[in-house]
Amino acid sequence: MADVFDRVKEIIVDKLDVDESKVTLEASFKEDLDADSLDVVELVMELEDEFDMEIADEEAEKINTVGDAVDYINNLQG
Amino acid sequence: MLSGKTAIVTGGSRGIGKSIAIELAKQGANVVVNYAGNEQKAQEVVEEIERLGVQSIKVQADVANEEQVKEMIKQTIDSFGRVDILVNNAGITRDNLLMRMKETEFDQVINTNLKGVFMCTKAVTRQMMKQRSGRIINVASIVGVSGNPGQANYVAAKAGVIGLTKTTAKELASRNILVNAIAPGFISTDMTDQLTDEQKEGMLSLIPLAKFGQPEDVAKVVRFLASDDANYITGQTIHIDGGMVM
Ligand SMILES: NC(=O)c1ccc[n+]([C@@H]2O[C@H](COP(=O)([O-])OP(=O)(O)OC[C@H]3O[C@@H](n4cnc5c(N)ncnc54)[C@H](OP(=O)(O)O)[C@@H]3O)[C@@H](O)[C@H]2O)c1
Repeated sequence: MADVFDRVKEIIVDKLDVDESKVTLEASFKEDLDADSLDVVELVMELEDEFDMEIADEEAEKINTVGDAVDYINNLQG
Repeated sequence: MLSGKTAIVTGGSRGIGKSIAIELAKQGANVVVNYAGNEQKAQEVVEEIERLGVQSIKVQADVANEEQVKEMIKQTIDSFGRVDILVNNAGITRDNLLMRMKETEFDQVINTNLKGVFMCTKAVTRQMMKQRSGRIINVASIVGVSGNPGQANYVAAKAGVIGLTKTTAKELASRNILVNAIAPGFISTDMTDQLTDEQKEGMLSLIPLAKFGQPEDVAKVVRFLASDDANYITGQTIHIDGGMVM
């Protein structure tokens, strides 16, 4: 579990250029991490590459917080 | 000027697309020649490009078919590792008076000429966003600006392409992806060969420069828009029409 979160966190810190401490499971990409819609699309692309999977557009639209992303990946891998 | 870059030209097997493909190759770009059905013509363009000392592959794909378009982008990245330039050039006409125009004629033209641009743009954007650079050049038409009797379907599609160009330019500007349209007037190709002599004379009388354009006249503008010289231009529609519409 922690493993997925750590990998997701690393990508977020890198892509959004935010402080690691701000990247909590509850953090919303747009509200708390200063991401715009295009940033979120890009993040999802990065996650797809990192975890070697495809996230359908309908599913991607539901990803609002860091926790949403981590849950999605865990469910897929679990 | 474009060495090390990769360009995809849709409808690159004939006419304006062929001329664009060759012009970009002359500048050093590797070129993917897309076509719909005319494999022989596409192969000739590939060979002509290879003689210029750059690499080229041909890829059959209907630009309006999502799966085929995705496969084309995948093949491009597998072959060349990147996509720097997309020229959305593939286009067809099915002319008829509005009152006589069949739904299928309308749909076919919208699918190839408008939806095709959407599909190809969407498919390359992922790669261009990662690269943090890209050029998309959409071949619209001057009639998309002015309107033209007998071409309701075509004009609607081309006006749509101009709107799509502006929106895409705004959405992708922050990622350094520049998107422009060109609007050719009357260019001598297979497409315009279908017109009657009377129609051609009628057109000629509307052109201040009093001659038809050649595919090369269009290709050179595309070469400019694809180059570093056009670093500060996005969302525009450049008329290449001998002054027909001002
Ligand atoms: N000629 C003019 O005066 C003029 C003026 C303004 C704008 N334009 C625009 O310029 C572009 C090129 O026109 P052109 O005169 O060079 O036309 P053209 O000589 O008829 O060539 C059309 C090209 O598009 C390809 N194509 C057609 N449908 C396709 C599809 N569904 N998927 C992929 N490729 C497809 C064809 O491939 P195949 O060889 O396999 O059939 C061919 O390479 C078009 O968008 C046209 O609307 C032309």
